[in-house]
Amino acid sequence: MSLFDWFANRKKSTSPISQERQEREIADGLWTKCEACGVVAYTKDLRANQMVCRDCGHHIRIYSNERIRQLIDNNTWMPMDEGVRPTDPLQFRDRKSYRDRLRDTQEKTSLVDAVNTGVGLLEGERVALGVMDFRFMGGSMGSVVGEKLTRLIERATLERLPVIIICASGGARMQEGMLSLMQMAKISAALERHREAKLLYIPVLTHPTTGGVTASFAMLGDIILAEPKATIGFAGKRVIEQTLREKLPEGFQTSEYLLQHGFVDAIVPRTNLKSTLAQLIRLHRPQPTQPTTHHVSLSGVINVGTERYAPVSPE
Amino acid sequence: MSNVVTSERKPYLLDFEKPLAELENRIEQIRELATENGVDVTDQIRQLESRALELRHEIFSNLSPAQKIQLARHPRRPSTLDYIQAISDEWMELHGDRNSSDDPALVGGVGSIAGRPVVMLGHQKGRDTKDNVARRFGMASPGGYRKAMRLMEHADRFGMPIITFIDTPGAWAGVEAEQLGQGEAIAYNLREMFRLDVPIICTVIGEGGSGGALGIGVGDRLLMFEHSVYTVASPEACASILWKDATKAPQAAEALKITATDLKNLGILDDLLTEPIGGAHSDPLKTATILKQALLHHLTELSQMTNSERRELRYQKFRRIGVFMELSA
Repeated sequence: MSLFDWFANRKKSTSPISQERQEREIADGLWTKCEACGVVAYTKDLRANQMVCRDCGHHIRIYSNERIRQLIDNNTWMPMDEGVRPTDPLQFRDRKSYRDRLRDTQEKTSLVDAVNTGVGLLEGERVALGVMDFRFMGGSMGSVVGEKLTRLIERATLERLPVIIICASGGARMQEGMLSLMQMAKISAALERHREAKLLYIPVLTHPTTGGVTASFAMLGDIILAEPKATIGFAGKRVIEQTLREKLPEGFQTSEYLLQHGFVDAIVPRTNLKSTLAQLIRLHRPQPTQPTTHHVSLSGVINVGTERYAPVSPE
Repeated sequence: MSNVVTSERKPYLLDFEKPLAELENRIEQIRELATENGVDVTDQIRQLESRALELRHEIFSNLSPAQKIQLARHPRRPSTLDYIQAISDEWMELHGDRNSSDDPALVGGVGSIAGRPVVMLGHQKGRDTKDNVARRFGMASPGGYRKAMRLMEHADRFGMPIITFIDTPGAWAGVEAEQLGQGEAIAYNLREMFRLDVPIICTVIGEGGSGGALGIGVGDRLLMFEHSVYTVASPEACASILWKDATKAPQAAEALKITATDLKNLGILDDLLTEPIGGAHSDPLKTATILKQALLHHLTELSQMTNSERRELRYQKFRRIGVFMELSA
């Protein structure tokens, strides 16, 4: 090996590592620069303020671990289904194979896929919490995200818990094709049962929440909260610009825009999120119920009525 | 249906149909020449015709995903209203979402098939350019999905099975659609279709474009025509995002696994409907008969279950979809 080759190899092998280290230095470093206003803040102080810039109020993007730390009472988090791992069902390959992409992303992020789920206490209230992680392939929803969220909701229905999902996703994961699209229906089905059990579901929309996530569980909350200035929408801005061939209005597809058009209940700064969620959960605690005989007999009548198309009813 | 069947056909030839068209032209030429010159070429013609038939078989049984997309988007491919008219004994279109709009890209109404009252609805592409502009090429607006939901609620109230036809490039992407809550409209349907007691049968008749298709696509059965496609994202969009190159759409179409056979293998599709050789548009009436038989078969099966059995099976059908591995903790 010539000296030149040695240098070349050395450069090749160290460059990604040094890049990563640089990123981590910024994230874990003593000081953090706000990407909105440029003010440099003491990281410890910024974390105490939930990574919201004290100067301009900008919500610096945070990831699932930090989010769980912010919302769940100390030492009460019990993660679920950590052994559920993605595979490559379509043998998908674009410029890079999905298998390699998964492995690289897992190494880089120490995440298994784009969602963490579990049960824990939030100001003493037991909740089922799902947190999407944008670092993992843009928070995209494939089989693992679908399965873990469905199991979370099913468990919540069984144990009569409220569900909170922190959304952050570009939408369905293309590398798993139609399996990804169908996760939208699967999660919605679980939410239908949770709803039928008269339990509370609150999605929190964070930057960004788009595509298939917006067209399913993000918009199915009993109450829908959003972080300030998050991008929230169904179609991508570029797609809309292409179909319309014109620039989009200022503030289009932001939390504030959705609030104005009636699709979000409230915009809650991250610093108030935990207390707001706790308050809502307390307000929706199951009340001592009325006798339910009325409800039961009513559904019996409906059943008889709708069996009309069945020539021979086995009932 | 009539305009599809009888109108003077402009030859909407797809690339892969060209060798076939050339052969058929040649046969025609030979026949004319023979008549002019009084020569008997019956045998040769018969040979060439059987060769043409073989070629047609060959071409249409080996279509690539990208070619199937061309067929699925074929301007002469039968649309929702074509099928409804062909398979129903009675039909009345109903309009409006009762919330200020009536989307022409998603149509529906009440009718009956073989004497059974049903609610039918689906995406509607236009029959010509002007119609297509009005119907936005079958790209439904939030009002369309809300109209669909209103009709499905209606069906549930009166115990009528729901039959949906999927044929859309995707939900309409525009400023107004976002303003009116395109995401919410689709999401609401996904959840509520699991609540309905009546049987729901969904058929992809052409293009199944992503969330816009799924918004009327949650049912007890998913049927799909042989040359239809169902995609998580359009191959064009997928190519420009993942390959950073929109011209890689054919590769994306291949990789995304969008054909009826693919979906059958993935456990998503229940029934693959064979099309006449040459595609649905080559014989719309025969295609409609195939569809009607399949619908009646599934209707009969589903009608023998109780509401709660059917809802449980519908839940389990979607609950099973997904591929992952699980390591024991």
